[in-house]
Amino acid sequence: MKRFIANLILFLLLAAPLSFAGEQPLLRMATTTSTENSGLFTVIQPAFEKALDIKVHVIAVGTGKALELGRRGDVDVVLVHAKPAEEAFVAAGHGIARHEIMYNDFIIVGPADDPAGISGMQDAASAYARIAASATTVVSRGDDSGTHKKELALWRQAGIEPDGPWYRQVGQGMGKTLQIAGEMNACTLVDRGTWLAYRANNPLKLLVAGGADLKNTYGIIAVNPQRYPDVDYASVQRLIDWFTSPEARALIAGYRVAGEQLFYPVEN
Amino acid sequence: MDSLSAATAESFRLLFSGDAALWIIIFTSFSVSLRAILIAAPFAFVTAFLMAHLRYPGRRAMIAGFSALQSIPAVVVGLTVYLVLSRSGPLGDLQLLFTHSSMIIGQILLSFPLLVALSHAAFQAADRRVWETSITLGAKPYRAFLTLIHEIRFGLIAAFIAGFGRIIAEVGCSMMVGGNILGYTRNIPTAIALETTKGEFAQAIALGMVLLSMALLLNGMLSFFQGRGEMTA
Repeated sequence: MKRFIANLILFLLLAAPLSFAGEQPLLRMATTTSTENSGLFTVIQPAFEKALDIKVHVIAVGTGKALELGRRGDVDVVLVHAKPAEEAFVAAGHGIARHEIMYNDFIIVGPADDPAGISGMQDAASAYARIAASATTVVSRGDDSGTHKKELALWRQAGIEPDGPWYRQVGQGMGKTLQIAGEMNACTLVDRGTWLAYRANNPLKLLVAGGADLKNTYGIIAVNPQRYPDVDYASVQRLIDWFTSPEARALIAGYRVAGEQLFYPVEN
Repeated sequence: MDSLSAATAESFRLLFSGDAALWIIIFTSFSVSLRAILIAAPFAFVTAFLMAHLRYPGRRAMIAGFSALQSIPAVVVGLTVYLVLSRSGPLGDLQLLFTHSSMIIGQILLSFPLLVALSHAAFQAADRRVWETSITLGAKPYRAFLTLIHEIRFGLIAAFIAGFGRIIAEVGCSMMVGGNILGYTRNIPTAIALETTKGEFAQAIALGMVLLSMALLLNGMLSFFQGRGEMTA
């Protein structure tokens, strides 16, 4: 066992420089499954890596996990969508400042025959009240992601504690959750970006959209370099500057799936 | 069924048209798992040899321990490596999380008990006289060790292949400590998990076929190296 530990340490010493070979600064960004699953990053990542000469490793997880990775210092920057949690993250000193970069909206999708009778509604909380009353199956992210936090806020607003065999928490990313909801013919809350990217393979229909509560804003936050001095804050700041630049706004606004715009840049 | 056959046809196209993204994933899998097994195996074999050769208190417990650890769940290893390598963890300053190194460390930990247990069985079955004769004939211990290794090479190769088979197909630990980063730490199992999530079955099927052929090939080799399947005469 001693030899093994010695081996491991030797290996760490040898392998550590290897992983930082190359002169480009390397940043780690935690982002949400919705930005990754929607395909947006396949368009914008090559653009900002080229423009800034920075290599970015993108880790796609739920917003809760992304903020936790930032809190632990495992990533340098987070791009997430849960405004209250983001503000708490900054207020607690884990991150520097929150910059809003883009938005779209959440929608509720569900079975085409609409057993809850919510088609065309705008107010998501009252739609949820009808869903609960009719015990229509609901698939919930259940993973502390931005979408999950939004869903829980809507249930609270409706004054309902979702519980029972009709309420299924799957603990998966947005794409997988949508797929499960499709297989189970159930309702689920989804960001419009992921829905547009996935609906071709999904039997569900868009039922509820347009309510004021359903706005979905994405923010980018640098992890506090005072807590983790080895964060390459200059590069992080350049990345954030890029995300709020006209070039990024044009790329985000121009990203289309099947002719539909998925994200709307925030004008500064 | 239409979509299944279409996805399968597309997966063959991806595999044989040299789709760069797909082959980077396959390359990552093999590069990481081969490095892990090549580092783990020599130390595992030496450990197993010492357990079989020396007599010391706690030897039986150690053997039983490695045997039991063979079935350690990959996600538990993943969680442990994550907590240790996280920047807030004890080895956080090394900044190894979400790199090939962290995946290799996880896979070393996963394969090591299996390698020790299987190679110990091989050493146990070896004839002690091989060692003693070599020493009597004037061989230094390391030469005697190499002779012994040569005697039981098939058992050791079988252990090596079984260990490699375990880590090449493992998803939980790679996902947790590698982060599934496109073009870097995304390997075959984590890519299959993600592509299935996205409903992109063609790539998932293509990667699944690579993994499956790999598994069949490895197990074929395994039975080949285990000899003719007859009792010794």
